[in-house]
Amino acid sequence: MANKTDDERVTLSRRELLKRVGIVGVAAATVPAQALVPAAEIAPPVETSLSPQAVALPREALETFTAVEAATVEAMVARLIPTDENGPGAREARAAHYIDRALSGALASSLDAYRSGLSALDSYARASKGAPFAQLSTEEQDAVLTDLEHNVATGFAPNASTFFNLVRTHTIQGTFSDPYYGGNANFVGWDLIGYPGVRLAVTANDQRLDPHLIPTHKSAYDYTMFSKTRPARASREGREGLEGREGREGREGWEGRAPWRLA
Amino acid sequence: MAISLTKTDVVIVGLGAVGGVAALPLARAGLEVVGLEAGAWLTPADFAPDELRNNVRGWPQAVQKANHEVPTHRPNASAPYSTRPAIHPMMNAVGGTTLHYWAQSWRLNPWDFKVVSETTRRYGASRIPKGSTVEDWPFGLEELEPHYEKVEYELGVSGKAGNLNGKIDSRGNIFEGSRKREYPMPPLRGTGFSEMMATAARKLEWHPFPGPAAINSRTYQNRAGCAYHGYCNRGGCHVNAKGSTAVTTIPKAQETGRLKVVTQATVTTVEADTDGRVSGVNYLKNGVEYFQPADVVLLASYVYENVRVLLLSKSKAYPNGLSNNHRQVGRHYFSHNQGASVTALFPRNLNNWYGLPAQGTAVDDWADDNFDHSGLDFIGGGNLWIYSDRRPISAADMNTFDRAPQWGSAWKAFVKENADRWNTAYLQKTTLPYEDNFLDLDPTVRDPLGFPVCRITADFKDNEKKVAAFIQDKMVQWFMTAGAVATARGQLGTMGPTTHAYGGTRMGNNPETNVVDRWGFSHEAPNLGILGASVMGTSGAHNPTLTAQALAWRTAEHLAKNWKTIRK
Repeated sequence: MANKTDDERVTLSRRELLKRVGIVGVAAATVPAQALVPAAEIAPPVETSLSPQAVALPREALETFTAVEAATVEAMVARLIPTDENGPGAREARAAHYIDRALSGALASSLDAYRSGLSALDSYARASKGAPFAQLSTEEQDAVLTDLEHNVATGFAPNASTFFNLVRTHTIQGTFSDPYYGGNANFVGWDLIGYPGVRLAVTANDQRLDPHLIPTHKSAYDYTMFSKTRPARASREGREGLEGREGREGREGWEGRAPWRLA
Repeated sequence: MAISLTKTDVVIVGLGAVGGVAALPLARAGLEVVGLEAGAWLTPADFAPDELRNNVRGWPQAVQKANHEVPTHRPNASAPYSTRPAIHPMMNAVGGTTLHYWAQSWRLNPWDFKVVSETTRRYGASRIPKGSTVEDWPFGLEELEPHYEKVEYELGVSGKAGNLNGKIDSRGNIFEGSRKREYPMPPLRGTGFSEMMATAARKLEWHPFPGPAAINSRTYQNRAGCAYHGYCNRGGCHVNAKGSTAVTTIPKAQETGRLKVVTQATVTTVEADTDGRVSGVNYLKNGVEYFQPADVVLLASYVYENVRVLLLSKSKAYPNGLSNNHRQVGRHYFSHNQGASVTALFPRNLNNWYGLPAQGTAVDDWADDNFDHSGLDFIGGGNLWIYSDRRPISAADMNTFDRAPQWGSAWKAFVKENADRWNTAYLQKTTLPYEDNFLDLDPTVRDPLGFPVCRITADFKDNEKKVAAFIQDKMVQWFMTAGAVATARGQLGTMGPTTHAYGGTRMGNNPETNVVDRWGFSHEAPNLGILGASVMGTSGAHNPTLTAQALAWRTAEHLAKNWKTIRK
């Protein structure tokens, strides 16, 4: 059954895919598929035609969000750190995927804030712009987000700017954290700010003012001494992993193929 | 009913920065030592270079017991409510917070031991801030000097002496007290940025130098030199270059065969007999209650937990808590004036991506009484410290100096250009104890075992605020001289739970105002020793750990030398 579904997904057109996840509207709906494509293959963020070959989707589920919530978050992060002339943004980094996963784990205490905040965001977008947030134009989305940031948007508990800052914080985490956690795909976040990457040893030359370092493009967990070959590791993540999220990762992701290596 | 174990000579509560040090001279002297540690052994595999886990989510602090007993804080006794942060700044493990600390290993300056007498001599007694309970230490720097040296060599501290037997050397701190011996290792290496800042300091005619660190600058005692990989800050060392007690004094003490390490042991109370002597400690391990009898108890937890355990240990002899018949436990509390930072924006990349918080350039010209305070309205000062330490999440979440919005394409363009162009200085400043800053037990908040957590009642006073403003001015001047195009001043902040907490069991000759005597033993319970910054009466302008460790060594050495008298 699962295999059949996967085979189908590969051949689905984008429009069909969108229908399946129950989303109408172009801007938001391009997100789930596009985010899985290596940054280099993403030219303009909207209205790219994705060939079936390019959308060889890995098996993947939303772990926390509903499909509608996921689309709204995707649209939000894409405006917070946009894809533009300075290169890929939070969308290509898969910040929303990071958030979706983290809300079932380390950020579980924020789940209620997301549920109510995303609902309030859509209500406010409908009331002020006439459509759910994900279906607005980017200009309209920016106007709505500005209202949240300045805490003038209504209907949020405790208030709009708290929700805005929560999502901003997690978008930054999802864009610039170690890709192990599901964001910073293809190291687009680290490349954006010029972080030359995780190294286990750094020379004096590497610490000069103009070192010209080549990015390592390595996760901490690409180094075997930190990898999950040590199930007894006394860590919160490790304990979680034996039972839940990382356990799955361990079987299907880490030991098989690092999930952020999509190219 | 607790299971009573075989009696030992000495039981140490906590095998962190200070308990881990004290174990060594005791075991070497032939005493049988049991070390009770609430945490576990961690290994280099635990110290992944992972900013999200270590710095954002606080994994190192969250793994063990301390996180369940975070102290509450209120600014003063009439505040309507207390606040409580989510994560405790300290961690439990064999080695304690020395696993993930910055490892800056400073000696205090001579003035710090004599704040009252030196201020009075130089400026008059009226210059001691009103309401402060500060006292001179019961001894001067020269009495602690041999113990500083001992710890520097046992842990392995890198640095450059600025005053070797009275000979001043401007490659080190010219304001430090005389030391008998050079550091065991040369300083951690400089970086392009730290050298740029040192040049600017010299232009101002200040005296920059590389700060001391308990981190190997080269192979030392079979441990590797620092790899400078950038994740030392709250991350632990993946090559054991950091001189945590977990990889230095504790294994050395174990090699004697006389230190027994018990992990996952949560000490609840210390038992006292009716004659006022302590008899051992109660602890929980895997849900089982044990009593560890001992001739001598050394309380070596962190400031908050030392105070909490004492206040929870009530008995016939000590109805207000152990060693608290003079009502001094929890008094003279202060936390280091560490806020009020300065952040600067430069017009060029600084390449701060690698390195560590202990690798940098210090200026001590404006610390303590190293400058004339005649025309000023405060005493004390601050140490200026710039260092190389940057990770991507915090780099992207940088201060935008009002030059960019907080999101969107303009923000993105700003951080793309500037993520490696800013630096925040670390400014440690004099803090004094005051009558109304204290620790006690929270009346409502409890840990999972049902015991009240520690409550902090404290606020910065005028002297601390004036020191902060003065030091920020100096730091702005330094950054601007180095070519910064903008600076931003951080807030002083509140006095909530911190890694630089002091007092609560202060050391001094007078039992009316101090909990422990000049050797670190209780004025009331003669076979109870207390280790840690909780015995310190002044902060100076430098990190507390090395001083707390030197004091721990001194207390342990005193115990070993006077074993027959103290055990009775």
